[in-house]
Amino acid sequence: MSENYVPSSKFGKWFNDRLPLLTLSKHLTDYPTPKNLNYWWTFGGILTFCLISQIITGIVLGMHYVAHADMAFNSIEHIMRDVNYGWLIRYIHSNGASMFFLAVYIHIFRSLFYGSYRSPREIIWILGMLIYLLMMATAFMGYVLPWGQMSFWGATVITNLFSAIPLVGESITTWLWGGYSVDNPTLTRFFSLHYLFPFLILGLVVLHIWALHVPGNNNPIGIDIKKPSKDTVPFHPYITIKDLFALLIFMIIFSGFIFFAPNILGHSDNYIEANPLVTPKHIVPEWYLLPFYAILRAVPDKLGGVVLMLGSIFILLALPWLDSSKVRSTVFRPLYKKFFWLLVIDVLALGYVGAMPAEGIYLLIARVGTIYYFAHFLIVLPLLSRIEKTEPVPLSISEPVLGGMLKPEMARIDRENV
Amino acid sequence: MCSLKARFIIISIIFLSITFSSVRSEEKTKLIQVDWSFKGITGKFDRSSLQRGYQVYAEVCASCHSMNLVSYRNLGEPGGPEFSLEQVKAIAANFEVEDGPNADGEMFTRPGRPSDKFVSPYPNVQAATAANGGAYPPDMSVLVKARKGDSNYIYSVLMGYEDAPADFQLDDGVYYNKYMDGKKIKMSNPLSDGIVTYADGTPATESQMAKDVTTFLTWTAEPHLERRHKMGVKVVIFLSIFSLLVYLSMKRIWSRIDSEK
Repeated sequence: MSENYVPSSKFGKWFNDRLPLLTLSKHLTDYPTPKNLNYWWTFGGILTFCLISQIITGIVLGMHYVAHADMAFNSIEHIMRDVNYGWLIRYIHSNGASMFFLAVYIHIFRSLFYGSYRSPREIIWILGMLIYLLMMATAFMGYVLPWGQMSFWGATVITNLFSAIPLVGESITTWLWGGYSVDNPTLTRFFSLHYLFPFLILGLVVLHIWALHVPGNNNPIGIDIKKPSKDTVPFHPYITIKDLFALLIFMIIFSGFIFFAPNILGHSDNYIEANPLVTPKHIVPEWYLLPFYAILRAVPDKLGGVVLMLGSIFILLALPWLDSSKVRSTVFRPLYKKFFWLLVIDVLALGYVGAMPAEGIYLLIARVGTIYYFAHFLIVLPLLSRIEKTEPVPLSISEPVLGGMLKPEMARIDRENV
Repeated sequence: MCSLKARFIIISIIFLSITFSSVRSEEKTKLIQVDWSFKGITGKFDRSSLQRGYQVYAEVCASCHSMNLVSYRNLGEPGGPEFSLEQVKAIAANFEVEDGPNADGEMFTRPGRPSDKFVSPYPNVQAATAANGGAYPPDMSVLVKARKGDSNYIYSVLMGYEDAPADFQLDDGVYYNKYMDGKKIKMSNPLSDGIVTYADGTPATESQMAKDVTTFLTWTAEPHLERRHKMGVKVVIFLSIFSLLVYLSMKRIWSRIDSEK
């Protein structure tokens, strides 16, 4: 085991006794990982790549960007036109945000499906949710920086939400703005925080991985396994090569956006410089915030909308305690499986209506969607986890692989997973 | 598992068709779809169309619309109209640029240089607005990217002037254009057959000029489009080959585990 690792070289031993980096590296290489992890598990590595890529491109952009209400828009265009490969770096960064969220949503839904948030991994889940919250804040502030129309009006709408807080709301909003409307002080503080938050995220990611390495990975059949054993493989080279392969496929899709449709995920209004006197017809956030935007607008009351929107995120923190099923993986929960997919459709539907005007059929869908979202976590999940008759769970990962599988369905799952 | 996926797909299709059908009913006039040479993953600008487009911009649009983000030197850069250096210098020299202050503290004007930004027709936004009946002619540098529908939208608006239906109310100085929001536009039809005389002899029909100037505006909005496409194809080919190699190594490495059973 890595804990008793002794470096072979004399210098290595001397160094490792003082700072056990080699022990850490050995631990990361040997880290016993369930051998049946499917491709949904590769998104952790993909997300690490996204974070690093955002930080590197962001630092370069920060060298050329000017955080001033009069100059921000043109400085972005300067990057796009005159900075060497500036267009590439900016398109990687702007599309990178979208790809980051795409990956994080897959990562979160994977955790939901396979019960990775369940004991003993609650802290990993909570850290992940904090990362997700910081990601949303970072992305929102980043979207403000180009100082286009959507930047300005998006910032106005979102910061105005704080004014819904009783008594102190107005003061808080003024404090956030650094004035009486979104203006230069807002832009400069957003730039400052947009630069800071990714490093907080990085710190939380280290804790997230640390917390993961205590109980080890969950796996598609959601059983506790002995580590190391026949059910596990060392992280390197088995998982590293698989993660690399998945990452490359992800990068091909990413490149498709960067090189061939770099503005498709953005909003054309953001190529119009911010103008406090002209309000765009529809103010919409970036696609990855749309489900929450739909929940916000589904409630006729401003404070109520804000509470539900924040509630929809914070409810996830309680998830490990809302689900008391004896079985982790949804693979063995036939009834819950249906509700899981219903939740996926529900969130997609909320995202769709979030982009539409809040009226007529869209408002109706948003309201039904919001009700189901909360009902899923507060009623369906706790109830089903108590009454659902789950399917028999294998004792080890190797068992179904060895041919002594309990059900033919498991063989199929396993084949898909390899 | 399979039946579940199928069910998921079916539900999604039903959901999407409901929502999209409700969208379609309120969709605006469909934009004219042009088969642009710069669309698609290997799309390139048509060089002579860009040059003609610059001529239309300079002789027609530029009397009201500024283009603050573009410099004369850009006209000679690869991936753009690619005028020769002499042509670029001559184009720039046609414009009077305010410079200064000089040693006496006075502002002065001088002939433009390739490094200058395009000279604006008006000194500021207010002057432009006042001179155009209260409607600011938007800066054209990134106009194509700032409109839903991109190039097709710009082309459609240029081609969208029609006589207003009899029951349609139009104020003075407002024109009917079927592709605009509310079908109203404050710009009179800028193009008419033969308004410019193309140096290369191409007949200057309205649609030809609209096409050329839209191509030019697409380039000003996205000056590195050709490089981006070229690099993109290389990157995707590289990543595909790399991922194939990694896939084969992965199969090889995992075969040790798979053969254990």
